[in-house]
Amino acid sequence: MSIQVRNLTHIYEPGMPTESVALEDVSFEINDGELVGVIGHTGSGKSTLLQHLNGLLKPTSGQIVVGGKDITAPGVSMVEIRRRIGLVFQYPEYQLFEETVAKDVAFGPKNLGLSEAEIEERVKESLELVGLDYETIAERSPFELSGGQKRRVAIAGVIAMRPEVLILDEPTAGLDPKAHKDVLAMVEEVHRRTGNITILVSHNMADIARLSDKIIVIDSGRLVTVGTPKEVFGQRQRLEEVGLALPPVTQFTETLRDRGFSLSETILSAEQAAEEIFQYLKGTSEND
Amino acid sequence: MIRDITLGQFYPGESVIHRLDARVKIIATLLFIVELFIVDNFIGFVLAAGALGSVILLSKVPFSYIVRGLKPIILILCFTFALNMFMIDGTVLVRLGFLKITKEGLRMAVFMAVRLILLLLGSSMLTLCTQPLSLTDGIERLLAPMKKIGVPAHEIAMMMTIALRFIPTLLEETDKIMKAQQARGADFESGNLIQRAKSLVPILVPLFVSAFRIAQDLAMAMEARCYRGGDHRTRLHELKLKKRDFAAILLLAGFLALIIAESILL
Repeated sequence: MSIQVRNLTHIYEPGMPTESVALEDVSFEINDGELVGVIGHTGSGKSTLLQHLNGLLKPTSGQIVVGGKDITAPGVSMVEIRRRIGLVFQYPEYQLFEETVAKDVAFGPKNLGLSEAEIEERVKESLELVGLDYETIAERSPFELSGGQKRRVAIAGVIAMRPEVLILDEPTAGLDPKAHKDVLAMVEEVHRRTGNITILVSHNMADIARLSDKIIVIDSGRLVTVGTPKEVFGQRQRLEEVGLALPPVTQFTETLRDRGFSLSETILSAEQAAEEIFQYLKGTSEND
Repeated sequence: MIRDITLGQFYPGESVIHRLDARVKIIATLLFIVELFIVDNFIGFVLAAGALGSVILLSKVPFSYIVRGLKPIILILCFTFALNMFMIDGTVLVRLGFLKITKEGLRMAVFMAVRLILLLLGSSMLTLCTQPLSLTDGIERLLAPMKKIGVPAHEIAMMMTIALRFIPTLLEETDKIMKAQQARGADFESGNLIQRAKSLVPILVPLFVSAFRIAQDLAMAMEARCYRGGDHRTRLHELKLKKRDFAAILLLAGFLALIIAESILL
């Protein structure tokens, strides 16, 4: 399955004095099995874009084709779209409402009209996928869990619908470093196990550089660039223009390059940086 | 959607009416309402409509925007109109089966409708032209003398301010939660009444939780800034009557005199 977004434009409140263009002529393509990172700063239109992908917002103009099916065409079944494309909002733990964790996770599958047995199996499976122990947590109230656990439960609630595309809007916002790491590892694991498309929004450039196969950069509703982490983070100036930074490692190695270290361009991992700096230092000391 | 509620909204502007002291505007509105209820002939309404018309003109708020505020009461309006028209005895004008329209009934129906419309337009002018904050400030100041008999004027005003402040916040929150549950396949539009009521649970529970969280945060933030009620509290913007306020009071007195004269003479 793949996703094609063609000339997507969205205008909020057209014709009103408060009219504002949230997205303008955005086009890109996502191939099967890719993990895609979306970056851009607050108010750039990321959330608007994500909400289009599962039909919560209708484009003012343009097309979105998911798996060969145009989801912007009139008369498309919304239930069908939402079954295939799961969207986890920012701070998803604020949507928990049931008495028990199991019931809350079951909300999505129930809306799909699945059988009791099937629902239970999915609840078990998705809780396990997000790294929670079904036996100990299923019957507890979601409101008495810790922040990180709540978030996992909320994400499980979307995963339980077995979407073919999983979209996560800043899944690590407001979490402590450990929960941050755990949630990302979980996203990676889910992506690896399902082999589906995963779309991830984050402000953490290091995470995006490490996880993504492809990065989409958005600024003021326009597409700035699309490419592999190497291609995108290679455009340092362009990123700075739209108020985005390089990952810390890349920033470090680029500064060294500016100071005359001969390292390769756009290093994205600490390991590679260490290796190259070592080689460089070894080279210079041998020359002495 | 839910954002279309215009009743009680503020329309930003710089007109004379906008700049008048909130206390003057509140008293004027109260007097206007009292006037509507004591007049018993159409000349009184003509006077009231004239006064209201000139206020609307001065305020520069588009008339179409004000009229939109009437939408929610159209039903009540039609209902009272019909009730008055058919239920009051007197000289019969038209007979429709068991229903009859009388001269007195028709007069009363028109009378009540005009009264309701003027009432709503008049009171919405107050909120349209007064910032919520100055409005509650004005209420607090007007209630201040009542403190002596134990009316918690400051607390009432503070509660109103906070309630007004959080209407947009909670609407936004509702919107977010609705979208999130829709993304999980929730359906709010179809089904019978019971099913629909049930489908509100996934919105209402998180909304209540959010409201409590917001309230707690707010309480904490207020305490962190040493808020402890109205005693000895000074203000950044003291309400002070200016020349235009005295002019408005004079006009108001004139209007009042006119109404009294009219009701005595006619």
